Amino acid sequence: MDAVLIQLLNGLDKGAAYALIALGLTLVFGTLGVVNFAHGALFLIGAFCAVTFQKIVTISKKVLDPNITYFDAYIEQPYLEIWFGETGLAVIDYAVPLSLFLAVPVMLLVGLAMERGLIQFFYKRTHAEQILVTFGLAIVLQEIIRHFFGANPIPTPAPDIVSGSAPIGLWIGLGESFVYPWWRLIYLSSSIVIISSVFAFLNMTTFGMVVRAGMANRQMVGFLGINIERKFTIIFALAAVVAGVAGVMYAPILPPDYHLGMDFLVISFVIVVVGGMGSLRGAVAAGFLLGVLQSLAAMTAVNALLPGISQIVIYLVAVIVLLTRPRGLMGRKGVMDE
Amino acid sequence: MMMNIFSKKSAPRLMLFFAIGVLTMPIWLDPVGANYPDLLQKFAIFGIFAIGYNILFGLTGYLSFGHAVFLGVGSYSAVWSFKLLTMNVIPAIIFSIIMAGLIAAAIGYVSLRRSGIYFSILTLAFAQMFYNLAYSVLTPITNGETGLQLTMHDPRIIDNALSRTVETGLPSTDFFGISMNGYSGFYFCAVMLIIAFYIYLKIFSSPFGMKLKGIKSNQKRMKYIGSDTRPYLIAAFVISGMFAGLAGSLMAVTDPLAGAERMQWTASGEVILMTILGGVGTLFGPLLGVGIIKYLENIFSAVNDSVLHSFYSFLPQWGENLLVTITAPFVGEGWHLTLGLLFMLTVIFLPGGVMEGFQKIKLYFQNRNKPDKSNNSSEESSNV
Repeated sequence: MDAVLIQLLNGLDKGAAYALIALGLTLVFGTLGVVNFAHGALFLIGAFCAVTFQKIVTISKKVLDPNITYFDAYIEQPYLEIWFGETGLAVIDYAVPLSLFLAVPVMLLVGLAMERGLIQFFYKRTHAEQILVTFGLAIVLQEIIRHFFGANPIPTPAPDIVSGSAPIGLWIGLGESFVYPWWRLIYLSSSIVIISSVFAFLNMTTFGMVVRAGMANRQMVGFLGINIERKFTIIFALAAVVAGVAGVMYAPILPPDYHLGMDFLVISFVIVVVGGMGSLRGAVAAGFLLGVLQSLAAMTAVNALLPGISQIVIYLVAVIVLLTRPRGLMGRKGVMDE
Repeated sequence: MMMNIFSKKSAPRLMLFFAIGVLTMPIWLDPVGANYPDLLQKFAIFGIFAIGYNILFGLTGYLSFGHAVFLGVGSYSAVWSFKLLTMNVIPAIIFSIIMAGLIAAAIGYVSLRRSGIYFSILTLAFAQMFYNLAYSVLTPITNGETGLQLTMHDPRIIDNALSRTVETGLPSTDFFGISMNGYSGFYFCAVMLIIAFYIYLKIFSSPFGMKLKGIKSNQKRMKYIGSDTRPYLIAAFVISGMFAGLAGSLMAVTDPLAGAERMQWTASGEVILMTILGGVGTLFGPLLGVGIIKYLENIFSAVNDSVLHSFYSFLPQWGENLLVTITAPFVGEGWHLTLGLLFMLTVIFLPGGVMEGFQKIKLYFQNRNKPDKSNNSSEESSNV
């Protein structure tokens, strides 16, 4: 029972990452009509914002180690500690959450630059060409990251105070042995907050209403004298920010390396299609669903029954869904119908 | 205007030129420094892979993102044939093509129920499935991360029955006694490429090929005029899978080991890139793309900082250092960056690939000679 619950939580965690990326993909597809294979790279850039921030705050100076007096031994001491003492150390400790302040503006800029610089020229071209050009862009971004940060995963630890595990078992009366890492809980809850705020933004603000109207009938909104293109550009930047924040928050869970984006992108794309192209709710639901399925399939009992199922369960589900419900779980009629 | 190359009279001439061109590659590629067997073999093998891919993507417009599976299946089948039956390459190739064809039929049967981006995602899903399975459940067949290799204890039934055994070390692949190393390996791949190209040419010029082109330009209309497109699509998918299987088996022929990384989706991306760069749907485009990419890969990956320094040595010291710093990320390890940029630039500016570039240049000169004939651009769409 405990094992199932743990895997359920793990699955929700993983599903949250998938859902956040898939949400951005669907937003971009629904508004701009562009199939963006470079969306995983945005997740990657977000994760590397955390890495960069951590590198910046831990820039160190060599100082004499006061504990060793027999010979001159040097240790690295971060400048922040030298200048600000305890406060500086706290900043270093909280590098990952604080890097959100770097990541959000960076992602906003990256999103705007990408849309204005490349994507806007591909509105009218075929989906195959959109896939291909963004695939090329994804390779380029990934290789740039590799050039600057190397090929190895870079550990970016969560703050000390949440590095342990939360005694979930005690809260819900399942005993002390049932624990779960704090950071994963924080990650999961913040993902839910982000997803809900995106939905709230789209459903409760005038801006969101215009965007939804634009998704339904772009031409009509244009006739009403609204500059829908600019609104869609902002939506693209928003999707980039969502992916980037997901990347930052996921960095302590999985040390980022340069092909992180591609790994998540392939699965996220499958998720978007399973959820139904253009359906935001479908993307989120399918993200969590497939994350949980993947985690449950990784359990030893399941694996003993169906060997190898954990590796392929997502793709298997995708194949079955696409063959039985061609538009995906919640796909709307008229979106990407052939 | 170029349709005449398919005519009964000129097709044999085209084949003859093609065969001579391929077989004399060691001679005419010598001046550009591409004359060594390893690279020549790659040209031929990826050439087969790319023209096979062009039968599907170029003719029908269905963008498969999982074609590397057939490459992997071909390699594994060939190595198993070497292990179990004989080191002769002919059974290995036949076995590979059959296996790749069977798997392509299975994947195609399911994936081709959908089109557009759904088809791409389905093929991608199948490819990832095979790739992941190769590392987990199918380890007895694929030997997991180590890759499938020849060993001293392989049964090799036919070889042993004919007592064609080697005394020491691992045997090498052979074609009735001719060892498949170096140039003989290349010539074998070249002959395979010529045969494959002949079939490809026939498909291009046949009514079957015309049907496939019809599917690309307007599938709905094809259905309305009463032709069921599905069997043609499946046939195209299987044929293209068999080409990939042949390419995969040739990889194993020239170097008898097979690994799952051959099936990764980046490998599928590479063949798409080659086809696009050369020119989708054109006869020679994919081969051109293979040549450009494999040649550049060969040059760019070999360059390092010291080579760059000597390359820019005519400049003053600061200029040399500056240019080395700028170009260093694009060469050696950074070859993939160049590849990605090349890919983007092609899709943005030349969606029709290098062949479209040639066509544009040609049209430009034609228009300049005949300034009164302004509406010449309509010819651009004709297939070369």
